[in-house]
Amino acid sequence: MKKSICLYFQVHQPNRLRLYRFFDIGKDSHYYDDFANRTILRRVAQKCYLPMNALLLELIEANKGAFKVAFSISGSVLEQFDRYAPEVIDSFRKLAQTGSVEFLSETYYHSLASLASPIEFKNQVLKHKEAIEHYFGVTPKAFRNTELIYSDAIGEMVYDMGFKTMLTEGARHVLGWKSPNFVYNCAQASGLKLLLKNSSLSDDIAFRFSDRTWADWPLTGEKYLSWLKTAAKNDDIVNLFMDYETFGEHQKAASGIFDFMRFLPEVVLADGEFEFVTPSQATKKHRPVAELDVPDPISWADEERDVTAWLGNELQNDAFNKLNEQTEKLALLNDESLWSDFGHLQESDHFYYMCTKFFSDGAVHKYFNPYDTPYEAFINYMNVLSDFILRVNDAISVSDVNFAAAKEEKTPVKKTAKKASTARKPVSKKPIKK
Amino acid sequence: MFGWEFPPHIAGGLGTACYGMTKGLAYNDVDVLFVMPSASGDEDESAVKIINASDVAVDTVSATVDEFLGKVQFVHIGTNMVPYVDPQDFKTIVEEERKRQIKGFRVQYGQKYKFSGKYGANLMEEVARYAMVGATIAMQYKDQFDVIHAHDWLTYLAGIAAKQLTGKPLVVHMHATSYDRASDDQVDTRVVDLETKGMMAADKVMAVSELTRNICINRYGIDPEKVVAVHNAVDFTGREKLEVERNVKEKVVTFLGRVTYQKGPEYFIEAAAKVLKRCKDVRFVMAGSGDMLNRCIRHVARLGISDRFHFTGFLRGKEVHKMFALSDVYVMPSISEPFGISPLEAMQTNVPSIISKQSGCAEILKYALKVDFWDVDAMSDAIYGLLQYPAISQLAARCGYDEVNSIKWNDVAAKIKGIYQEVIDKN
Repeated sequence: MKKSICLYFQVHQPNRLRLYRFFDIGKDSHYYDDFANRTILRRVAQKCYLPMNALLLELIEANKGAFKVAFSISGSVLEQFDRYAPEVIDSFRKLAQTGSVEFLSETYYHSLASLASPIEFKNQVLKHKEAIEHYFGVTPKAFRNTELIYSDAIGEMVYDMGFKTMLTEGARHVLGWKSPNFVYNCAQASGLKLLLKNSSLSDDIAFRFSDRTWADWPLTGEKYLSWLKTAAKNDDIVNLFMDYETFGEHQKAASGIFDFMRFLPEVVLADGEFEFVTPSQATKKHRPVAELDVPDPISWADEERDVTAWLGNELQNDAFNKLNEQTEKLALLNDESLWSDFGHLQESDHFYYMCTKFFSDGAVHKYFNPYDTPYEAFINYMNVLSDFILRVNDAISVSDVNFAAAKEEKTPVKKTAKKASTARKPVSKKPIKK
Repeated sequence: MFGWEFPPHIAGGLGTACYGMTKGLAYNDVDVLFVMPSASGDEDESAVKIINASDVAVDTVSATVDEFLGKVQFVHIGTNMVPYVDPQDFKTIVEEERKRQIKGFRVQYGQKYKFSGKYGANLMEEVARYAMVGATIAMQYKDQFDVIHAHDWLTYLAGIAAKQLTGKPLVVHMHATSYDRASDDQVDTRVVDLETKGMMAADKVMAVSELTRNICINRYGIDPEKVVAVHNAVDFTGREKLEVERNVKEKVVTFLGRVTYQKGPEYFIEAAAKVLKRCKDVRFVMAGSGDMLNRCIRHVARLGISDRFHFTGFLRGKEVHKMFALSDVYVMPSISEPFGISPLEAMQTNVPSIISKQSGCAEILKYALKVDFWDVDAMSDAIYGLLQYPAISQLAARCGYDEVNSIKWNDVAAKIKGIYQEVIDKN
């Protein structure tokens, strides 16, 4: 059996917030910096999404399906594509039609819901599934959580939603002496198979590729293949997971990243030791070698590979708690715009901007970051959140009044109708089907 | 009168105070020649004649240059004493400074010096140059004035120089002391030195409050006979009532000022947390910026009250008035405040105020609630009371409004005129 290479690319852009002052609270409920969001999206589309999609399509066709990749595209970025660059959606759809591209499931808003509320987590996964089906006509079978966040408990939730494959980080503190280049089982749900990112080989492309001070610069397909062989000498699979913006945005086109990707499949396939697989194929093909115990959440971020980039200081924790306190109240409301804002405020990026670990991983944290300091990020976010909470509370009191009024009338038909609609609202809003 | 700034180009309260004072003096038939380092030409000269020190050449004081060089030299030596610098950096700084001095002195003789008038790294050098230019001006206008009035340490050297050259009496005005600007272990000794020099040389020292007067006496060792408290006033003319539509239903409690140690922002946060435990329908706002801001944000997040506690960053001009208009209670928990003009502005906008007993304005305000800055319990109690009991907040708002409107620069200027008369007579 040939060894496998599994390529997965993350596509996501957050809805950056506008400068929202205290004076705006209660007055203006538009929270987003549309200009910045549009500008950044259009730029990344031109530099990365469109040229790289075209290249991948070409490679898939040239290799007659032997070259395969997987994408996870957040709902937040899909909304932005729809609004600012619909041609990107078309180009992804073309890739979907080749059959060599797998689309992964994730939370619609690229959120941290898995760490806060199982119900909200499930809602967002289902919402994302609908979106992927709507845009690309395929149903995602494998799951990847925001920033590859994973723990035994999250694995169990994911398995309960019907997924058999999940992607996460090959975090050294979890693996110990074990190799990331095998398929593993979730410790709490043995039916869920785990694919672990090979950090060093993924980062060679994602972070080091254009670094001229790097001893191994320049990186060629042959050199990279020899590393792959060394890494997987006695192993089954190498998982290369990275941000899609690596191609053309983080690593500029001038660095030769596109040429590297153009020749890599050819070099690998000609050699014959490896073949390309998608995540779902990988877990069918390879047998899990062991269970992986992950009691505390891991992720692919920073040196620590934990969730402290989002929930590591008091600013982030306070903001996150204040946001999640709204979940219960929102469950009583059927207000499209409130749910949408709630989702966008959950985007993990907002919390990332409040991270104070700047000095170790500054370069990545600062990328696309609209704020000069985590403090500004926090103030701005809390101002927006305060307005949002006001709206939620207003809507609650309005619905209370309606409910009371309906009760007053004492017409049994109306009463039950009203009751049913309030109680079932979250369900009707986000239909759950298995 | 030697000042450092004058409206409209101001960085602090000094310019505003000088403006009000000169207008008041004009009302009391005192003519003022106002010397400032860098006038822009758009200053309101209705009450004063403004002399731009940047327009004056220094050549006429050549006889006294030697004497000056001593002083200038002293200041430069001081400038080099920067704390927390390793020997390597120190050497570079000293070298650069030396080169710049040589260059600087070359342009000084017989030439005009362009003052920046800003509070920057070269402040000490500008202070020294300003002294030289000030002396020149004093000689030029020798026959036109009777008394020299210098505002804050920045202008004291100029004041001393003018006094020595002309023999006219000198009054120095302490708007703030070094001990208000930083905690005890961090005071800038160069500034303390200038302040002491100025007060020693002066015939009379005016302090903006009894609090500041006590600091002058106890910390600087100035003869109590020589120091008088002259409280500030506020000039509200030309300010229209701002109609602001409220954006939140809740009551708003505001802190407005630099977020620095001596303004006591952390006591405000602690008090806010205590109030929020009792009543929910209130929001707290910290308006302003400063070196403690980030620490305060973390403090608020740690207490878990950030959905009720907001930060606005630095506010200017109209935004400040807007913030007052949106407020229901104003709190100034300063640890040390020579005077503190902002509660007066708040009260003028009908906002009841809570001020610390450690602020100068507490001496003249009857209708502001006063607490010790460290007494967080009393502060939260006062906030709660003003929020919950309309009787007291209405009283404070109404009487406070009348009170601050009765504090006039004209009256203050009359007092200053008396002091002028006294030093002239003594001379």
